[in-house]
Amino acid sequence: MTVRDAAREAYREALPALAASLVGGLIAGVVLSGMRAELRDVSGLLVLVPALLATRGNVYGSLGARISTALHQGLVEPRVRGGDERLKSAVAAALANGLLASAFAAVAVFTILSLLGSSVAPLPVLVAIALLAGLLSGVALSAVVVTAVFAGYRRGRDPDTLVGPLVTTTGDVFGVFFLLAAVRIVLALAEVI
Amino acid sequence: MLPILLVLTLVEVGSGLVLGRFETQLLQYPTLLALVPVTIGTAGNLGSILAARLSTAFHLGTLSFDPRDENLAGNALATFALAVSIFPVVGVGAWGLTALVSGAQLAPQTVVAISLASGIALAILAIAVTVAVTYVAYRFRLDPDDVVIPIVTNTCDVLGVVVLFATVQLLL
Repeated sequence: MTVRDAAREAYREALPALAASLVGGLIAGVVLSGMRAELRDVSGLLVLVPALLATRGNVYGSLGARISTALHQGLVEPRVRGGDERLKSAVAAALANGLLASAFAAVAVFTILSLLGSSVAPLPVLVAIALLAGLLSGVALSAVVVTAVFAGYRRGRDPDTLVGPLVTTTGDVFGVFFLLAAVRIVLALAEVI
Repeated sequence: MLPILLVLTLVEVGSGLVLGRFETQLLQYPTLLALVPVTIGTAGNLGSILAARLSTAFHLGTLSFDPRDENLAGNALATFALAVSIFPVVGVGAWGLTALVSGAQLAPQTVVAISLASGIALAILAIAVTVAVTYVAYRFRLDPDDVVIPIVTNTCDVLGVVVLFATVQLLL
């Protein structure tokens, strides 16, 4: 195999996944650019964005990888109904990890910006936004990952190759979309209180 | 899992702090804000695809850490070619979509130039980081599948923000 052949093969295999996540990233970007008012209102929210988006990829990417390994090993049946215990506990652990990492990111951003003397929204506001966004996007992403991995497996596709592009694409879109929803809900509640 | 996740989260907070440094520009130009998730995501994907391919080749025994290795050079070349073909689309897409939603403040060629220049720099960095981390994993006899992908993806996320910041300062 020459360098040229190796490069051509790698290029062809990677392009569809990259193109799919490009679409997801652009949609996420447009939603993010439409939330400039919220980003101005809540100082420190922009600093939180990369951490929240990456948490989605890290947590639910690994959930997808775990489920597909369990499917390969025959430990989990590819059915959502029936409430497999192993599946339930994997999803619960992913949600817990996602929430913890989101709250941790909010506390870290608040602490660092306070130490730097930058303006930053109150800690409870940032933590509430991070937790609510983490919960909403976590539930949505778990549903997508489980459904897609099962559907792919039943059609004879290797779930391992589905999980990566799927999570990066939907993770960005759901991440930003539910972040916007969470900010609006928390700001509305803060006004009432 | 959890300790690694928290360390990775802190790394991402670092990239958020870089983003915070150019918040004024990002809020002034919605197109630049729209470039953020897609640049970070594409950079991370370029790195993780290369990492996955290198670790599979490594497990199959078809990879050697020699600059003349066809597999290594071919995969590096493909990563560069992917960046050169996908980042102009990123620029056009971000410009077009934000022009529709928020109105255009920047010329399309400026946005494409920012996107392509960031993409080329990111491809070179992603190749360097991925090859270096895979090599270290190999030397320490760690399974590259477990270690390399999360490290590469999150490093490329941070580099994505840093490179975008630097490119905007140079070109705008």
